[in-house]
Amino acid sequence: MRFGVVVFPGSNCDQDCFYVVNDVLKQPVRYIWHKDTKLDNFDCIILPGGFSYGDYLRTGAIARFSPIMNSIIDFAQKGGIVIGICNGFQILLESGLLPGAMLRNTTLHFICKYVYIKTENTKTPFTNLCKKNQILKIPIAHNEGNYYTDEAGLKNLDKNRQIAFHYCSADGEVNKEHNPNGALANIAGIINKQGNVLGMMPHPERSSEKELGSEDGLLIFKSIIKWIGNKS
Amino acid sequence: MVKQEVYRSLGLKDEEYQKILEILKRKPSPTELAMFSVEWSEHCGYLRSRKWLRLLPKTGKYKTLIGEDSGGIIIDDLAIIFKMESHNHPSQVEPKQGAATGVGGIIRDIFTAGARPIALLDSLRFGPLSQAYNKYLFTGVIDGIQFYGNCVGVPTVGGEIYFDESYTGNCLVNAMCIGIAKKDKLVRARANGLGNPIMYVGSSTGRDGIGGCSILASHEFKEGEEKRPTVQIGDPFTEKCLIEATLEAINTRYVVGIKDMGAAGLTCCTSEMASAGNSGMDIELQAVPRREENMQPWELMMSESQERMLICVKKGKEEQIKKIFLKWDLNASIIGEVTNDGLVTIRDDGKIVAQIKAHSLTQAPIYDMPYRKPRYLRELNKLELSKIPEPKDYNKVLLKLLKAPSITNKAWGYEQYDHMVQTNTIVLPGSDAAVLRLKGTSRAIAATTDCNSRYCFLNPYRGAQIAVAEAARNLVCSGAHPAAVTDCLNFGNPEKPESFWQFKNCVEGIADACRSFNIAVVSGNVSFYNESPKSAINPTPTIGMIGIINDINKACAQNFQQEDDAIILLGYCRQDLGASEYLKEIHNIMKGNVPQLDLRLEQAIQKAAIKAIERGLVNSAHDCSEGGLAVALTESCVSNKYNMIGANVNNLNYDMRADALLFGESQSRIILSCSKDSVEKIRKIALEFKAPFRVIGKTGGRVLRILEAKEELIYLPLEDLFEEWSGSLNKELEG
Repeated sequence: MRFGVVVFPGSNCDQDCFYVVNDVLKQPVRYIWHKDTKLDNFDCIILPGGFSYGDYLRTGAIARFSPIMNSIIDFAQKGGIVIGICNGFQILLESGLLPGAMLRNTTLHFICKYVYIKTENTKTPFTNLCKKNQILKIPIAHNEGNYYTDEAGLKNLDKNRQIAFHYCSADGEVNKEHNPNGALANIAGIINKQGNVLGMMPHPERSSEKELGSEDGLLIFKSIIKWIGNKS
Repeated sequence: MVKQEVYRSLGLKDEEYQKILEILKRKPSPTELAMFSVEWSEHCGYLRSRKWLRLLPKTGKYKTLIGEDSGGIIIDDLAIIFKMESHNHPSQVEPKQGAATGVGGIIRDIFTAGARPIALLDSLRFGPLSQAYNKYLFTGVIDGIQFYGNCVGVPTVGGEIYFDESYTGNCLVNAMCIGIAKKDKLVRARANGLGNPIMYVGSSTGRDGIGGCSILASHEFKEGEEKRPTVQIGDPFTEKCLIEATLEAINTRYVVGIKDMGAAGLTCCTSEMASAGNSGMDIELQAVPRREENMQPWELMMSESQERMLICVKKGKEEQIKKIFLKWDLNASIIGEVTNDGLVTIRDDGKIVAQIKAHSLTQAPIYDMPYRKPRYLRELNKLELSKIPEPKDYNKVLLKLLKAPSITNKAWGYEQYDHMVQTNTIVLPGSDAAVLRLKGTSRAIAATTDCNSRYCFLNPYRGAQIAVAEAARNLVCSGAHPAAVTDCLNFGNPEKPESFWQFKNCVEGIADACRSFNIAVVSGNVSFYNESPKSAINPTPTIGMIGIINDINKACAQNFQQEDDAIILLGYCRQDLGASEYLKEIHNIMKGNVPQLDLRLEQAIQKAAIKAIERGLVNSAHDCSEGGLAVALTESCVSNKYNMIGANVNNLNYDMRADALLFGESQSRIILSCSKDSVEKIRKIALEFKAPFRVIGKTGGRVLRILEAKEELIYLPLEDLFEEWSGSLNKELEG
């Protein structure tokens, strides 16, 4: 089992992801420089949060052209596990590995706070340790987390069970009041059709230790480890 | 002869120009004149403040470390480096970029010392939000901080926001950064070693920020002046890359010295690095990366373009260092070398355009400024309480105070800051102090900023002492031992004796208070000329303080944790209504003397509190400050919106006016909550330190209730308290 954390110029959650995998979960992990082109021997690739290329032009729009991205697209198409968190999610959208696009938060502000998300699909590599409809307390920190897709796109997401998480209240109510950024249908995270690529706006690496206020994020990393362990 | 209007327009005085002639024994070239004008500006040269800054203690109970551009303390094998700096005038002119580049600049001061920046705090002050321009400034500054801090990946974990009429026309933006490093990885901002190459790294140089430190920062605002071109533009993305590249470069141990090109840009770096290293420097300007055409040598030397640094590299290792910066797509260009002649020599295509002794640039003249106690204070310090009517409905008063912009919850601001990145923030913004764990150790650090400028206006000496005492108290409430201070001294025009008297008294107050706590002032900054055409700002010596929490599991927050806990007051309530937020907000009176401060009593309650916290006896701890006991109790009840807990306070028994009891701002008070079986243990600890101790009530229920002599003064549901306390800023700004 080996994790790789991609470092784009401007990534700023790369070290946090590395820390959770390496220090909290004691799993092998390596940084992958965005100018590298080869992905050898990885089981899971993490695209971390941050401001790749300063979010200039559009979030994730430049990072999508980093040399490593072709290899990541290859890796994903061959069934490799890829998780994009926050800016990583935005990069996955820009690179076409996930459907839809990200708009600016309806508040027109950056929002950093704890939110609750509801696990909608527990049969994924990322959520298999979650209970059905389990509510996770995980923080968000973004300016562009307002997920959007067209009507047909949303139907497809629903039909293919691609919605991984919805923003919700502490008791699991999915409604407008508990939608922090205006995301379509309260969508906080989606997977691709094959189920091996997850993009999510909340930061599981920020909620993987008790002293930080929540360990719910660990469920996601541990699910990945279990999934890959079962597979091999 | 250089014309008078030329050097005057650069901010130099007649006598300073004469001094330059004496030093050079000839007339200065345009480039030389430009270099003197920025290095001898008040902002860079500390001409008027230096004499008094010597009073500040440089040593304390923790081992200190004082560098050229920052300072810190050593704990085990870790260095904690921190500094606070002002970016007031740029923010007043262009709030977003002004604040953003303030953040960028202070971060560079930290990582150029070899420390990874782990936290930012901001102390912000504006005129009332009822005026449209103040609202524009406030929202612009918050936007600038989030724009820069979030992108650069350093969490903004705390600070303060105040509103006062005196800041209309001159807002204050003080940014503080904390960094950590293994102590053997630190580097200094100096150049030495004959022949060592001097490398320019980071962004290219443009015409932005020319005269920022001399024209903008070292003069007061005059009506209708256009100073926008002197404000720099920030690029946090480049800064993030610079952080990583610089720390990587320092890790090679081939970096002899490094300095940020902040205020006074290339002039400051060349002269100060050479001066600190007792060496000289020979620089070729043609090698400086630039983004604009036809830049003159004096423009290159004065530009304050952001995200640039100068590095003195070990000879022979330049390619290795260059490679690191190029990997991050940053400029890295060798622009000169270290000499041993003590001169800063600047060439343009080989031709010398400036040649000045490094020391003469960095040793700006020292002025002994006259000072005089303002006459108005005698009148302002008088307060006849008997003429102030006591309110009939204290519930209304409390709700109104909770809405007061300086008291109300600031989540509207701090939720726009990424305060969690780097995953060290274990007490989130909104408590007395931010707490950050130190990964790989059992320790944490706590950090806070503090200053009640109304106190400092009415009594600068005591006001400054209170700022230190309150900062320390905030840290203690989080479970930390106060360890060291950085100060950001914001004042009006130092050439006015009454203004300078405020400065002198505040510095003396800080010095005396720090000595009594045995903590050092390891870094800081002075910002004078904070005046609008109408008036000077309140004297604002912002205290940034960090503390050490020895056991991370004992870190404490301000909110009540569980029902049925005892509520303890350490300290006394006195009839201290002077200078209070209550008088200002409810009676529109900004008068009186500031609360008394007995530093021995302060030490006693702080020592008792920290001991009780470290023993694990305390569930929450909160300092009483603006708004007094009633506001502090409210905050302990409602500051965790997911777990609000009421309180019944029925054992105060003080013989004084009810408004003074509820809203007076007596110093040296801490509200603790603990489980009932810890009460006696805490009482014993309080006795040991001779700290006044009283169980004043207990937690529980959905109401805050305060009784005095059987009379119910306050009875308010938590929801109502929360609504006023948490919602007012949002309503004000979002409509």
